[in-house]
Amino acid sequence: MEKSYWVFIERTRVILTFMLAYKYASLQCSIAIFDVKNTYKTSEELILAIHLLQQDLQPLLAGLTFKELFTLLTLGAGSLLTGDPAFNYQEHELNERLKRLYPAVNEEETPLPRSWSPKDKYSYIGLSQNNLRVHYKGHGKNHKDAASVRATHPIPAACGIYYFEVKIVSKGRDGYMGIGLSAQGDNMNRLPGWDKHSYGYHGDDGHSFCSSGTGQPYGPTFTTGDVIGCCVNLINNTCFYTKNGHSLGNKLSALSFCPCLSFQPNLYPTVGLQTPGEIVDANFGQQPFVFDIEDYMSEWRAKIHSMIARFPIGERLGDWQAVLQNMVSSYLVHHGYCATAMTFARATETMIQEDQTSIKNRQRIQKLVLAGRVGEAIDATQQLYPGLLEHDPNLLFMLKCRQFVEMVNGTDSEVRCFSARSPKSQDSYPGSPNLSPRHGATNAHLHNTGADSPTCSNGVTPTNKNKSHNKYTGVSSASASSSPSSSPSSVNYSESNSTDSTKSQPHSATSNQETSDSEMEIEAEHYSNGVTESSTRIMNGTYKHQEILQADDNSVDDSCSSRQLCGGNQAATERMIQFGRELQALSEQLCRQYGKNATHKKMLQDAFSLLAYSDPWNCPVGQQLDPMQREAICSALNSAILESQNLPKQPPLMLALGQATECVQLMAKVRSGSCSFARVDNFLH
Amino acid sequence: MKNAVIGNNRQKANLIVLGAVPRLLYLLQQSSSSLELRTECAVVLGSLSMGTENNIKSLVDCHIIPALLQGLLCSDLIFIEACLRCLRTIFISPVTPVQLLYTDPTVIPHLMSLLSRSQHTQEYITQIFAHCCKTPEHQTVLFNHGAIQNIAPLLISPSYKVRMQALKCFSVLAYENAQVSMTLVNVLVDGEQLSQVFVRMMQRDKPIEMQLTAAKCLTYMCRAGAIRTDDNCIVLKTLPCLVRMCSKERLLEERVEGAETLAYLMEPDIELQRIASVTDHLVSMLADYFKYPSSVSAITDIKRLDHDLKHAHELRQAAFKLYASLGSNDEDIRKKITETENMMDRIVSGLSESSIKVRLAAVRCLHSLSRSVQQLRTSFHDHAVWKPLMKLLQNAPDEVLVMASSTLCNLLLEFSPSKEPILESGVIELLCSLTQSDSPALRVNGIWALMNMAFQADQKVKVEIVQALGTEQLFRLLSDPDTNVLMKTLGLLRNLLSTRPHIDQIMSSHGKQIMQAVTLILEGEHSIEVKEQTLCILANIADGNTAKELIMTNDDMLQKIKYYMGHSNVKLQLAATFCISNLIWNEEDGSQERQDKLREMGFVDILHKLTQASDPNLCDRAKTAMQQYLA
Repeated sequence: MEKSYWVFIERTRVILTFMLAYKYASLQCSIAIFDVKNTYKTSEELILAIHLLQQDLQPLLAGLTFKELFTLLTLGAGSLLTGDPAFNYQEHELNERLKRLYPAVNEEETPLPRSWSPKDKYSYIGLSQNNLRVHYKGHGKNHKDAASVRATHPIPAACGIYYFEVKIVSKGRDGYMGIGLSAQGDNMNRLPGWDKHSYGYHGDDGHSFCSSGTGQPYGPTFTTGDVIGCCVNLINNTCFYTKNGHSLGNKLSALSFCPCLSFQPNLYPTVGLQTPGEIVDANFGQQPFVFDIEDYMSEWRAKIHSMIARFPIGERLGDWQAVLQNMVSSYLVHHGYCATAMTFARATETMIQEDQTSIKNRQRIQKLVLAGRVGEAIDATQQLYPGLLEHDPNLLFMLKCRQFVEMVNGTDSEVRCFSARSPKSQDSYPGSPNLSPRHGATNAHLHNTGADSPTCSNGVTPTNKNKSHNKYTGVSSASASSSPSSSPSSVNYSESNSTDSTKSQPHSATSNQETSDSEMEIEAEHYSNGVTESSTRIMNGTYKHQEILQADDNSVDDSCSSRQLCGGNQAATERMIQFGRELQALSEQLCRQYGKNATHKKMLQDAFSLLAYSDPWNCPVGQQLDPMQREAICSALNSAILESQNLPKQPPLMLALGQATECVQLMAKVRSGSCSFARVDNFLH
Repeated sequence: MKNAVIGNNRQKANLIVLGAVPRLLYLLQQSSSSLELRTECAVVLGSLSMGTENNIKSLVDCHIIPALLQGLLCSDLIFIEACLRCLRTIFISPVTPVQLLYTDPTVIPHLMSLLSRSQHTQEYITQIFAHCCKTPEHQTVLFNHGAIQNIAPLLISPSYKVRMQALKCFSVLAYENAQVSMTLVNVLVDGEQLSQVFVRMMQRDKPIEMQLTAAKCLTYMCRAGAIRTDDNCIVLKTLPCLVRMCSKERLLEERVEGAETLAYLMEPDIELQRIASVTDHLVSMLADYFKYPSSVSAITDIKRLDHDLKHAHELRQAAFKLYASLGSNDEDIRKKITETENMMDRIVSGLSESSIKVRLAAVRCLHSLSRSVQQLRTSFHDHAVWKPLMKLLQNAPDEVLVMASSTLCNLLLEFSPSKEPILESGVIELLCSLTQSDSPALRVNGIWALMNMAFQADQKVKVEIVQALGTEQLFRLLSDPDTNVLMKTLGLLRNLLSTRPHIDQIMSSHGKQIMQAVTLILEGEHSIEVKEQTLCILANIADGNTAKELIMTNDDMLQKIKYYMGHSNVKLQLAATFCISNLIWNEEDGSQERQDKLREMGFVDILHKLTQASDPNLCDRAKTAMQQYLA
C-alpha cells in the first residue's frame, strides 16, 4: 500500500510541476496531460492529490486556491473521466451544492439523484449529455406513446425538502410534457401523474395530476424556454411546482400525499414526454437553481427550530433543571475538571458523587498521558488503582504501544531522562504541545468507550458499588426520558452497572476472547445506539484532514528545530529498542493467553513501522506521532478507571448527545423529513 | 409615584387629574434640580404616557413635548434616554399632532446628532421618525437633514429593535418619493447595496414583520422609479415575499398590509401582474379574505370573533384592491378573477357596504374588471352590477364617484348589454350633473359617459342628452380648462352629429351655436388633437343635407378649412380634406354649385397639390375628392 501511495504522490508532483511550467511559460504540456490521465482513476483521488500537493509544493503554489488548482489539473487532464473538461468541475460543484442543500443525507446509504437512469426508462426516451438531457424518439401518435424516465435514485427522506428543475429545451410537436415524481415499478409507458404513487405537472394544459388520469387545474401552461421545478416537502408531505423561479403553490387538497407514511414508497424524480421533438434538460444541482430553494428551506429550518425551542415541558421545569445541572456536573467530573466542577456544584447546590481526590488523581493521570508521558501514567495508575491494568491486558497493551510511540517521539520519560535538554519534571515539551482533550460528539471518546467496552465485565469490585450505582441510575433514566426514543443502549448501560462484576465474572474469559477477535464487532453490539459507528466514520474523515494540517505544521517546525528519533540520544534509542522487545514479548504472551488479536498486531506493526523511516514524522505512519492521538488512549484509560470505581464510563451528557444523534438518524430511516432540520450539530456551537 | 403608577391606568389618570404633570414638568425643566431628580421626572412622565389616549392628550395639552425636547439638550445620556422614551410613547400615539415635531427647526438636526449616542437613542429616535413622517414635506425635512446617511448604518445594528425601526423609517421615507428612493439605491451599508440588505431582510427565516417592511421599502423604491420592475430583487424576491404575506398562515393585519403593498407594487406593470396571478394560487388565496368572521369562530370563541370583525372590512378592501390591480391589464387574469367562487356577488355586495373603504375598493375592482369586453357582455350583465353601481352614484364621496362613474363609462359602451337598463334608470340627468362638478375627473367621467352613450344611439337618446345637458352647459364644457373634458365634449358632439338625419335635426336647432363653438376652437390655442376632433365635427356637419349650407354660407369657415388643408400636420390636413370632400360629394342636391364655389375659392388647386402628398392616406383622400369634380 505504502509504495503505490508514494508513487502516486510522486507522479502528481511531477505532473503538477509540468502544469505550472505550462501555465507560466506557455510550454507544451502534452506529456503532462498523458500522465494525469493515467494517474488518477477517480475524482476523489484527484481532490486528495490536490490537498497533498498544496502542502508539498507550497512555495510553488503560493497564492493558488483549491479551485484554481482543480481547474488547472482537470483542464490539463482533459478527458480525465468523461472526456468533458468542464464536467469535472461541474461534478465538484454538484457535490458541493448537494452537500450544502442536504447535509443530513448520508449518501453511502441513500444516494441522491444525480442524473436520469439509462435503465429505468421507456424505450421511446433517449438520453444524452451525461444522462441529463431527455428527448423523445417515439411516434407520438396518442397517449399510448407516452414515455417517461426516472432518476437514478429515489429522494432520501433525510433531505427534508428536495428540489430539482427541468428546463424545456424544446416543446416539440405538441408540448405534452409532464414533470413530477413516481415510484419504482410504475409503468414507464405513461406520463408522471397518471398512475398510483405518481404525481405530475403537465405543460400542455397546466394541470396537476395526482395518481389519476384526470388532472386538476393547477397553474399556467409551460413551453420552450421555461424552467419548471418540482419541490417535495417530506415534512408535511406535500409537493409544489415552480415556473421560472416562481412558486406555483400547493393546493393541499389536490397535492397532498398519502398521509400514511409507512405506505408512501420512495419517490423518484420523473419526467415524461409524448410527442416528437420534445427535449428537456434536468438540473439536479449541477447548476444554481432558478427558484430560491435555500430560502424556502431556511423557513422550514426556522419553523422546526422554533418548534424544538418551544417544546412544552409544562410542570416539570424543576426536574429539568436538576437533570441538566446533574449532566453538566457529571461531565465536568468525568473529564476531571475538578475546580470547575466544585464551583459549579457550589453554585447549583448539587452533590458530586466522586471523591475530590479521586477526581484529582484521574486528572493527573490524564495529564500525563496527554503530555506523552505514558510510562509515568502507567506507573501512577498501577499505584493508585492496583489491579486495574492487570485485569485489563488490552488496555495495558494499548498503553504500552502508545508508550513506545512516545519514545520514538522523544516525549516519554523513559527516554527523556537520557536527554540533557529537558528534565523529567518539565511540563511542556517542544514539538509536542500539551493539548487539552477535545470533547466533541465526533471525538475519539465515543469510539473508545466502545472499544474498551469489554473491560466492564472485567471490573474490579469496588466497595462503594451499590451506593454510587443508585445515584447514577437516576441520571441515566432521566437522560433516557429526555430523548423521545429510549434506545436500548440506555437500558444496556444501567444494566451493565447493576450486574457488574459478580455476574460477569464467569464470562470474563469468553468476553475477552470476543474482544480480541474484533473490536468493531463488540462496538456495534454494545452500542446499538449508533454513537460509535457513525462517529468513527466521521472521526476518520476529520483525522485525515487533521493529518494534513498537522503535517503542515510539522514542515514549518522542521525548519526551525530538527526533530530526531528519541530526542537524538543514543542511550535513549537503545532503551527504546529494548522496550520494543518487551512489548513484542507482551504481545506474544497475550497471544498465547487469549488467542490471536488482529488489532493488537496491527497496532504493534504500525508502531514499529515508525523505525523504518529516516524521518518518522513525515512518513505514511507518522500520524501516530501526532499528540492528538493521545486523546483516544487517554479517554480509554479514564473510562476504565471510572468503571473500576463503578462510575459511568461515559458522561450522561455524551450519552444523551449520542441518543439524540441516533434518534435523528432513526427519523431518517422511518422517512420523517423533519430530521434534516433537527440536526444535533445545529445546536452545538 | 413611579412605583404607584406602573401598570395601573387608573392611578395614572388620578395623578393627571390631581395636576401632577405641570409640577413634574417644572421639576424636569429646572436646571437647578439634580440630574437624578430630573431623570426620575422623565421616567414618571414616560410611565404616565403609557396609559390611555386621554392621558396622552392631557400630557400634550400641558406642553410636555417642547419641555422634553428641551431636555434633550442636556448632556447626560440617561436623562436623554428617559426623555426620548417618553417622547417616543407620545409621538406614536394617534392622538398626538405630528406637526409638533417640526415646529422647532433645530429639533430634527439635534435628534440626528443623538443617533450615535446609544442603541436606545437609536431605537427611540428612529421610531419617532417612522411615526412622524406623514407628508412629502416631512420626508423632505428628514431627507435634508441627512436621515438616509444617518439611519442606513443602523440597518446592520446588533439590536433587532433598532434594525426594525430603521427599516420602518426607510419605508415611510421612500413612499412616493423619487428623491429619497433614488438616493437609497446608491447607498452602501458595510460595502453592500441597500437593496441587497433589504433582500436579505426578506429571507424566509427572518421575522415576518421584517420581511414585510423590507418588501415595502423595495416596493416604494420600485414605484418611485429607482428600481426597474424587471429587476430580480423585485420579480424574484419582493413579489413572492408579498404573495407569501397574503397566505392563510399570516396574521390578519399582515395579510392586509401584504395585499395592499402587492397591489401597489404591480399596479403599473402587466408582467408583474401576470407573475403574481400564477404565484402560489394568489387569486384563490385572496378568496379567503372574504371568509371573516368565519362561522366557526362565532360559536367557539368570542375574542376571536371580535378580532375577526375588526379586521373583516380591512381584509375585504385589501382583497378588492389587489384584485383591481391584478386585473387592470390582462384579459386572462380578469377571467380568472371573475371565475373565482362568488366573486361577482362579493363585489356587488361590497358596493353597498357601510365602510367607504370597502365600497371604494370594490368599485375599483369592478372598474378594473369592466375593461374587459367579455366580462361586460357576460358576468357584468348576469349579476346586474349596474344596479348597485347606480345606487352608489346617487350619494357618495368624490373619490368613490370618480371610480364609479368611470366604471359606468365602460358599462355604457355600445356593446354592453347593461347599456339599455342603465339608460332606462335615468342616468342622463345624473351624468349631466356630474359635468357640473368642481372636480375635473368627475367632469371628464360625466361627459365621457355621455359620449359613450351617444355613440350610435337612437335619435331619442341623442335629443334627450342635448336637452338634459343644455347647449349652455355644452359650450361651457367646450371652454373647460381641462383638455380631457374638452376632448370628450367634442367627442360627444361628434357622436351626436352622426347619420345624416340626426345631423340635420341637431344642426337645425343648435346650428348657430355649434358653428360658433367650432370657430372659437379653431381660432383658439389648442392642441392638434383638439383641432383634429373639431375638424372631424365639421366634416360630419358637411355630411348633412341641410347642415352643409351652414358651412357653405360661412366664407370665414371655408377659409379656415383651406388653411388647415395646407397645415403642416397631416392629421389636420386629412380631416380638412375630408370635410371638403363631403361638401363637394356628387349625387347630392346642389353639389354642382358647391363645387363651383369651392373651385373659385381655389380649393381645386390645393386638392391637386395634395394628390402629390407623401402621406398615402392624404393622397387617396385628395384623389377621391378630385374625382368628384371629374365626374
